[in-house]
Amino acid sequence: MIRLGVPSKGRLMEQTFDWFAARGVRLSRAGSDREYAGRVEGADGVSLVLLSAGEIPRELAAGRIELGVTGTDLVREKLPGWASDLAEVAPMGFGHADLILAVPECWRDCEGLDDLASIARDFRAVHGFRLRIATKYHRLVRAWLAQHEVADYQLVDSQGATEGTVANQTAEAIADITSSGATLQANNLKILAGEPILRSQATLFANRAAMDGGMRKFLAQLGVAATDGI
Amino acid sequence: MIPKRDKQRIGQRLLDGFREAGAVEVAPDLLLPAETLLDLYGEDIRARAYVTTDPIRGEVMLRPDFTVPVVQMHMSGGAEPARYCYLGEVFRKQDMGDTRPENPRDNEYLQCGFELFSREAGADAETFALFYHQLAGYDLTAETGDMGLLLDAVRGLPLPAARCDALLHHIWRPGRFQRLLDRFSAPPRSRDFAAGAVPWAGLRGEDEMAARIARLQSDGAEPALPAIWSDRLSRLFAVRDIAPLALERLTELATEVPAISEAVSRIADRFAHIARLGIDPATIIFDASHGRHNMEYYDGFTFSFLSRHADWPPVATGGRYDALMAVLGKGRAIPAVGGIIRPGLIAELEAGQ
Repeated sequence: MIRLGVPSKGRLMEQTFDWFAARGVRLSRAGSDREYAGRVEGADGVSLVLLSAGEIPRELAAGRIELGVTGTDLVREKLPGWASDLAEVAPMGFGHADLILAVPECWRDCEGLDDLASIARDFRAVHGFRLRIATKYHRLVRAWLAQHEVADYQLVDSQGATEGTVANQTAEAIADITSSGATLQANNLKILAGEPILRSQATLFANRAAMDGGMRKFLAQLGVAATDGI
Repeated sequence: MIPKRDKQRIGQRLLDGFREAGAVEVAPDLLLPAETLLDLYGEDIRARAYVTTDPIRGEVMLRPDFTVPVVQMHMSGGAEPARYCYLGEVFRKQDMGDTRPENPRDNEYLQCGFELFSREAGADAETFALFYHQLAGYDLTAETGDMGLLLDAVRGLPLPAARCDALLHHIWRPGRFQRLLDRFSAPPRSRDFAAGAVPWAGLRGEDEMAARIARLQSDGAEPALPAIWSDRLSRLFAVRDIAPLALERLTELATEVPAISEAVSRIADRFAHIARLGIDPATIIFDASHGRHNMEYYDGFTFSFLSRHADWPPVATGGRYDALMAVLGKGRAIPAVGGIIRPGLIAELEAGQ
């Protein structure tokens, strides 16, 4: 049995259902909208598990589901060494979001990462502590800033309403996921120029250990050849 | 797998060696207040150290290295000059990248170390020789460097103070350093800081931005650093050879970069002293960029002892950290040099022989 984990609500669930429907596999909730059981039609040996999108990486890595739909950002942030356990089977073309660094729009002297590095150095000298970047993506942001040799900063944890931390003076900059940038704009923040930390989209992941004949057959039916060395 | 008991035994033997050299054994705490370490090392250490919270003491850290607690211990009442030694575990998270390594590095391992707080000129040579003799017979390569040499070279560049300070600040981050140097070597460029109607937000003050803009504008008018200087710097950074040959190269370079003359003669004196302690300098590598890739920690002499196993961390590392002492000493700093050996790796080397 292949257990397929899919986000349990919202647009992400609907678009996932559409993606599978376009490939001849009909996914649906069983019973009412409030029930988290699911039904699969058009494929044998596959069951549907509805989960919070944030839990799908962990469930995949633990082997409690064999296939799962979640954002590349969540997999990379939550699973150190993820590529040893999971294979990226297919990018699904929706749920696009970039993990970006944003600073107050009023900082006219800050365009890119070089400016931020220089501002961080000045900030530390003036205020006696390191410039604070609010985020929930600690590993990704830290690795990115280390790779670009930015020092003189510290991460502060923010699990929600991250865009508000600058106005509340609990952070000087933020690193967060954005799709349209509207929330950033509304909070007078601007995105740093240059490449984002990560370009994320909804992606079908498979547990490498579950790559048997049944899985290959199902993936072939979906038209996604099992490449990526699996 | 070598039992930890055996690694402990090797650690004890190394500790005896440090004691015989006049060091007093100290035993710092395992749980350290996180604040000092975080302020010193920033996010680098948060990524690597185990941080936990204590309801009364706040954030605490499982000892990620010995230097800071030993320095603090000394500052709160040690006599000078002082020689300390220690043996114990340090804890380092090994955050992997996208794939899990086949042989993950230890997240808990022994360090046996020696720290010398002294104003004597021979402290570097004494410390290096002590490590060299402790590690004789394990077929290790000794590599050394001197961050003071590079810092002096940068201070000697014909640049205004603000540009010079920026380069000094980033000397431990080679990519960022090079970008700055390239920018300073390019023709003047003016930047537009168009005023907007956006309300001010956040803790950083408008005056702070104004000060930076003023600095950037006056900086933008600076003439380019002549290309010969970045050429000289890159030749200096690339010096790597056995010590006597490296010294010849440095002496030649000092005719072009007079600012390094003092550092070069200090390095020559150090190797002469090391030779008097019975070590042939021709068995030691001098690499001008050694120490540039560490944390901002060592600002003078640096050394490491490497095994033939390319995937191993250094068996021993150390160096001079006067600036760290100045920060932690709050006014009563004393020059300091020291280092650590990893008894666990010595145990592996012995098991392999």
